[in-house]
Amino acid sequence: MMRVMKSIRMIAAPVIAVTFILVAWQIAVMMSGVSAFLVPSPLAIGQTMWASSDRLIGGAIQTAMASTIGFVIAAVIGILVGSMIAAVPFLRRSLYPLATILQMVPLVAVAPLLVIWLGFGLPTAIAAATVVAVFPVLAATIDGQVSVDPGLREFFLLHGASAWTRWRKLDLPASIPAIVTGLRIAAGLAVIGAIVGEFVSGYGGPNAPLGIVIMTAMREARTDLVFAAIALSAVVGFALFGAVSCLGWLLVSRWHASGVNSLEQSK
Amino acid sequence: MIRKLPTLDFQSVSRIFSGGVYALKEVSFSIPAGGLTAVIGPSGCGKTTLLRIAAGLERATTGSVKLIGPDGGAYERASENLSVCFQDARLLPWRNVTDNVALPLELAGVSRNERIARANQVIAAAGLSSAQARLPAQLSGGMRMRVALARTLVTSPDVLLLDEPCSAVDEFTRMQLDEEIFRVWQVSGATTMLITHSVSEAVWLADQIVVMNMGSIHEIRKVALPRNARNRTSAAFLLEVETVMRSLACAAGVVVE
Repeated sequence: MMRVMKSIRMIAAPVIAVTFILVAWQIAVMMSGVSAFLVPSPLAIGQTMWASSDRLIGGAIQTAMASTIGFVIAAVIGILVGSMIAAVPFLRRSLYPLATILQMVPLVAVAPLLVIWLGFGLPTAIAAATVVAVFPVLAATIDGQVSVDPGLREFFLLHGASAWTRWRKLDLPASIPAIVTGLRIAAGLAVIGAIVGEFVSGYGGPNAPLGIVIMTAMREARTDLVFAAIALSAVVGFALFGAVSCLGWLLVSRWHASGVNSLEQSK
Repeated sequence: MIRKLPTLDFQSVSRIFSGGVYALKEVSFSIPAGGLTAVIGPSGCGKTTLLRIAAGLERATTGSVKLIGPDGGAYERASENLSVCFQDARLLPWRNVTDNVALPLELAGVSRNERIARANQVIAAAGLSSAQARLPAQLSGGMRMRVALARTLVTSPDVLLLDEPCSAVDEFTRMQLDEEIFRVWQVSGATTMLITHSVSEAVWLADQIVVMNMGSIHEIRKVALPRNARNRTSAAFLLEVETVMRSLACAAGVVVE
């Protein structure tokens, strides 16, 4: 019963906050008389969402696809390259600073290059999502694996474990909590990367992605549609973040500090 | 089949850290085959360094640590016949008790069915069957150490190196763990080196005590008490504890009168 009440409280708090913001926004628009071109009311945005649902849902599916594929590629590259960098001190000294510097380069500046290399369309959006999402996973993997308990490493050394065995049975599982944190950050960034990729790669058609819907609506002076597309892109980001969080919870909740605390509280 | 246990022989072992700091100076002694030798001394006297050199985790600057077979020849040293238990339990937090105990066999390439069967045997012998599905975080500190001790037995080692396994527990749990260490030693029959801070623990468990200070051996003492006289409250036991305590105090330059 206590757990049900706790769950209700956890869900109720953000729902109340969002409702309050929407109501305040609606009242502010109505009272101020600001033009719907500048700031449409939440009700007007809702009506646009309903009226353009086919276009928005089709766009959201395209963006979700680009974000998810880009995120998965970033996760695989980040974990594998991060593990190699963590395992080899020379790579740690040479590649890690380079990766940090590359991460500072703004995606918007790189995106045109991706168009030159990959052309217009989905591959550029996927690549843009990968480029921005890969660094948090890489950094989290390296941090997680270099901070594995030296005592446990010694235990594996004593038992003659090879580097491959140690990675599979110690380094990788021990770094999962850190990797999950990196993946959660990467999930949000992947959606941002995909939208920027869509902005520059400009592929349209009946199922134009949300980035194109936003650009087209802007040119058509449809601020309500811009807001509706932004809201849906946030939903895509939240869904990806939620999926990664659930996966992380399944992997580490039984033994990681947060999960252990909840186990003890549930006794 | 009669087991041929090795003697653990330290021959003039020195360890010099950078800056010329001696952690160990010409340390020589032997642990007889199947015997239990406790090494005691104040913090920083080099006990743990000595154990780490015996385990192969550190190199001696000069001298050597050898395993000598019953025939006087070299004894083959392999990860399966040497087990180490450290101050901290060093259990993998995502594995349950059974999988943690079975880990040394897993690393040795033993099949899953066989390693689980052998792990369950040592878990049952340690009285931990009810906890075998639990994760380390769900165990008390004392139980975690008992799991670590059970893990040292799973490979049926010929040499056991125990590095202050009771240092992080309260006095009552320490006495329980001492009984567990005694059981582990008896069951394994292994040549055992125990590093400890506790004189009473050393006297209760060991048949030989090496008193160390500042990286050197101050005294090597045989514990003359018969096993059945090792009652912690008996006059003979307390006298032996006091004698070793005086030796330790003398080595450390502490006045006990």
